[in-house]
Amino acid sequence: MAEFPAVKLHVVSGKGGTGKTTIAAGLALALAAGGRQVLLTEVEARQGIAQLFDTPPLPYEERRVAVARGGGEVYALAIDPEQALLEYLEQFYNLRRAGSMLKKLGAIDFATTIAPGLRDVLLTGKVMEAATRERRGGGRIYDAVVLDAPPTGRIAKFLNVNTEVAALTRMGPVRNQANSVMTLLRSPRTAVHLVTVLEEMPVQETVDGIAELIATDLKPGAVIVNMVRDPLIPEDRIGDAAAGSVDTDDIARGLKVAGVEGDPATVASLAAEMSDHARRVMLERQELETLSTLDRPTYQVPYISDATELSGLQEIADRLQAAGMV
Amino acid sequence: MTTPATSASPTSMEVDRLLSEARILVCCGAGGVGKTTTAAALAVRAAEQGRSVCVLTIDPARRLAQAMGLTELDNTPRAVSGIDTAAGGRLDAMMLDMKRTFDDIVLAHADDARAKAILANPFYVSLSSSFAGTQEYMAMEKLGQLKATGKWELIVVDTPPSRSALDFLDAPQRLGRFLDGRMIRLLTAPARAGGRAYLKVFTIGVKMFTDVLNRMLGAQALKDLSLFVSSLETMFGGFRERADQTYKLLKEPGTAFVVVAVPERDALREAAYFVERLETEQMPLAGMVLNRMHTSGAAELSVERSIAAAETLNATGDEPFAAAALRVHADRLSAAIRDARRASQFHAAHPRVRMVEVAAQASDVHDLEGLRAIGADLATNPVGAA
Repeated sequence: MAEFPAVKLHVVSGKGGTGKTTIAAGLALALAAGGRQVLLTEVEARQGIAQLFDTPPLPYEERRVAVARGGGEVYALAIDPEQALLEYLEQFYNLRRAGSMLKKLGAIDFATTIAPGLRDVLLTGKVMEAATRERRGGGRIYDAVVLDAPPTGRIAKFLNVNTEVAALTRMGPVRNQANSVMTLLRSPRTAVHLVTVLEEMPVQETVDGIAELIATDLKPGAVIVNMVRDPLIPEDRIGDAAAGSVDTDDIARGLKVAGVEGDPATVASLAAEMSDHARRVMLERQELETLSTLDRPTYQVPYISDATELSGLQEIADRLQAAGMV
Repeated sequence: MTTPATSASPTSMEVDRLLSEARILVCCGAGGVGKTTTAAALAVRAAEQGRSVCVLTIDPARRLAQAMGLTELDNTPRAVSGIDTAAGGRLDAMMLDMKRTFDDIVLAHADDARAKAILANPFYVSLSSSFAGTQEYMAMEKLGQLKATGKWELIVVDTPPSRSALDFLDAPQRLGRFLDGRMIRLLTAPARAGGRAYLKVFTIGVKMFTDVLNRMLGAQALKDLSLFVSSLETMFGGFRERADQTYKLLKEPGTAFVVVAVPERDALREAAYFVERLETEQMPLAGMVLNRMHTSGAAELSVERSIAAAETLNATGDEPFAAAALRVHADRLSAAIRDARRASQFHAAHPRVRMVEVAAQASDVHDLEGLRAIGADLATNPVGAA
């Protein structure tokens, strides 16, 4: 059973280093499985998608980057604020040529860099455009759009920027556009998923991020716990080992049985590593406990050593599907 | 021992010498690599070695902030208690409040009536409190202010969690360029259109621009924006000059950059951009701190050997604990080898960058003791010693 059947726009955020781009790509593949068309977008000019799918840098154009199981397709778009602004001017004012004039005057620079609020409006506006296309003209229609969004610390602000702009501009098309972006983002057709790993800071940021989303009337979706590893240490030894008590005789005897030379120093190192491992297992369980208090659907994705290969992305997609997220 | 013999080991960063000589240390790097912790650890070590130090942090984790006594948000440095002052040093710490920093500039540079108008302008409120990018301008501004007081021998700066580490370098100049630019003249044109003879083409440009803005934003918003920009212009006056000065400060002898990274592809790529950029700008790079390096004390027992031995034990079902220990070791040693390989690849591409590594910690650091331990690691761990 898919947890988010009504959702058209999946926003994926996460603290730096948690693998949010990889998860966004895996989610896009999962959503495309069985013949659906999915757009994967990024907005931070990092070209993370191109690196992930091993393609040349993406232009401001929707390009197919992968075929999913069962024939679906994943398209990708790196949204550039300057191009989005020019497109916007053309669409609403037939002002493509004025665009180059405005560029010379520094107005485009102003809109996209100096007033970064506008930049985020342009970025979210383009995402909305892709997510709400209708049959008559206007480009490819997607079954779902996945946004590889800015990190957790900035996500509520980023998504909420349209509210501020709507407050600044009391009328006119920018206000209208800002309002309709917010309407989509606050509707049941949008879910904001947060990616984390089982470490203190990313989990804390996830907790804070969800609180901020709720405070700004946005809908937290799933929590995706990435890079999960199963404990290697036997369950009944975790407590002792974490407390620093590891039976070195056990290890020395085992090494001998396995035919491995192990002087006391090696055995001591192995014991210390076992302690570290046990401590990490306990910390991870504590973090998982914290996440469970959030009362959000939570999915675990195992650590995959080749997560950045297509096969790794497919594995993430399969996991998310098997876990019932898609 | 895990560094391939083919490439020479990088030169170690001489952290203690740096801490005794530098006057400004800027810690930069991608988000999530431990910049704030590194900045705090460097500051604590310098203070305990006898210097008077101020650390400017941007967005510390809650428990680290508490450990540094950063509970009062009054935008001024406060003494950190628990620092060993036997060597004659001291440590003050502050957390940047960007809105307040911005407000202070307004209050300092505009008369009361004008300041009031600016502080209430909706564009100002939004720009100063929530728009990304403001943080970078204000971090630079605050650094300039702290430096100008002459109160500290060393200021350690943690940079904002930007989209790109380079934003920190570019933001002030971008703002300066903007305030000097034609855009400003366009937006303030209605206020002074009567007075001066503009070129015709320019007038056309103004008209078209204001038309577009009018249609896009509505007349009231345009008026707010125009007022905001014109008051900013008069208020800042020499803002560009200030931005230039801060930028120069970063090039002065006594300033050094510390690039912080972790042995992951994205973080190293970001670090590489930064290193190259500093070279182009002729800004002094003290070196790179490589956080979260995995290490193993039993590298003599190879990954392959460990896995084979664990399989042997698992096949018979004997000694499950030793089998688990062998697998834990195999994992840990592979991680250490991978990290060392990434470090040496970075070194091969940037042979002149001094490097120092910090071992992965079992848990996050949130007390002075933990910061001291990292400081000691920084001062003594050359790369490749895993």
